[in-house]
Amino acid sequence: MGYRPPHMNQTASPVARESILDFQAGQSFAVRNRQALADVREGLALWRLATTLGWLDIRLRYRGSMLGPLWLTISTGVMVAMLGFLYSKLFHMNLAEYLPFLALSQVLWAFLASMVGEACSTFIEMVGLIHSVRMPMFLFAMRVVIRNLLVLAHNVVVFVVVFAIFRIWPGWDMALVVPGVLLWTLDALALTLMLGGLCARFRDITPIVNSLLQILFFITPVIWKPDQLGQYQVYLPFNPLYDLLEIVRAPLLGEHVAEATWAGAIGFSAMLCIASWLFFIRARGRVAFWV
Amino acid sequence: MSIDAKIEIDGVSVSFPLYHGSARSLKKTMAMAATGRLGQDNQHRMVVGALTDIRFSLAPGERLGLIGSNGAGKTTLLRTLAGIYEPVVGRVSVHGSLAALLDTSLGMNVDMNGRENILLRGLFNGLPKSMLPQLERDVAEFADLGDFLDLPVRTYSAGMGVRLGFALATAIRPQILLMDEWFLAGDANFMEKARARLEELVRGADILVLSTHSLEIVRTWCTRVIWLDQGRLVADGPAGEVLDRYLAAAGAV
Repeated sequence: MGYRPPHMNQTASPVARESILDFQAGQSFAVRNRQALADVREGLALWRLATTLGWLDIRLRYRGSMLGPLWLTISTGVMVAMLGFLYSKLFHMNLAEYLPFLALSQVLWAFLASMVGEACSTFIEMVGLIHSVRMPMFLFAMRVVIRNLLVLAHNVVVFVVVFAIFRIWPGWDMALVVPGVLLWTLDALALTLMLGGLCARFRDITPIVNSLLQILFFITPVIWKPDQLGQYQVYLPFNPLYDLLEIVRAPLLGEHVAEATWAGAIGFSAMLCIASWLFFIRARGRVAFWV
Repeated sequence: MSIDAKIEIDGVSVSFPLYHGSARSLKKTMAMAATGRLGQDNQHRMVVGALTDIRFSLAPGERLGLIGSNGAGKTTLLRTLAGIYEPVVGRVSVHGSLAALLDTSLGMNVDMNGRENILLRGLFNGLPKSMLPQLERDVAEFADLGDFLDLPVRTYSAGMGVRLGFALATAIRPQILLMDEWFLAGDANFMEKARARLEELVRGADILVLSTHSLEIVRTWCTRVIWLDQGRLVADGPAGEVLDRYLAAAGAV
């Protein structure tokens, strides 16, 4: 009696997850709002799946390479070192002062820029999955955001190393970076839902977003310092990306974040989140037709 | 199972807006124009009516077969039942755990290896971590891929892809099983092996909805048949009765 053939060991085969679908066309705003909330809730419940998807995306990019995702760190490191030498000469700045600033800026900007860029393909790249199984749309947003946060985590090494080389310690005030990063995550999710949907519906938006990003890179103080702008500095808070960049960058440089910057960051985030949610309520059920 | 499985479809219409002017949709447009199913919605966008005013309900124990020519709306109806397309008109209620076996890739990511695809499927179905190794064992054993399990699905032959897709789709037991006909296609060797597994799954499900061209399969498996034509419901009733009418109509043409 001790031996049982292998197939008998399977007690019960796994059971699919329970679901209740109730759709009624032409529903009121309140009902659609509830459905959108349910979508987010279901997405959050699948956090393990979203994390796995995000992580597999990175592993896939570097599959077969010896160093794997470490390439992220290396390529950012090399770029920062090169640009640091070049720009410190061009701008006549002290390398020890400029390089840490550039390393930090470049890493943070890379996150913001790729977040915006990749938000566009959130749903388009998942067309196969969207057409073959029902999944909460929020799951796809989580996947893109998690993927980018993981890339950011790899790149953090670069400025930590640069700071260590130049013996820079921003002080304990850098803990203020936490609310900044939380706001970033929230904004990233909102942006992904909105741009992902808009770009699936209107295919011209992706190239528009990409060219805007290039312009924003130059008008946002990423490679140049805000005080180089002199008297025109007062206009900087009107650039949403400046506000968002600054609330995370300044604490890490041991600088104080101006009230106007925080007000701008919160104000622009609130606008983004509201616009994104209103869009998502309308778009959630249509995404399958758009992709 | 805490909830009773049921499907209720009431006055459902689904139409596809034509947004992107690619060659494919242009071709589709021509085909649709030929069958008179093109229209404009209230915002003057071109739409293709895929389903028009469909209503029926299914209770536990029912085995429904969907028949009709290509483009009759069978797959769209399955996708609507699966919750992928939300209808523009009407009401859809589908209660109970659900598996939709709709296309060969089944949402598999071809860049990931077999093992990763199995893991993802398990996670999507909300299986606890402890059940994942069991799922992997079960799928690996049935799909019989050997070392290929660690290679990207992209490198699989068509047959291997189908085996993995089939093993994955049938590893998790649903109350409601929605199945497209490709699922019954495969080389004879594999089908013999697959048949037993599929029959077990079908027997275990409370409700089956099957879309197929094979009337023989409908006769063996289905108790009820819905005949669709150009997105409209032509007949709905006991399998033998509807099939006879369908055959008579086909013979008359």
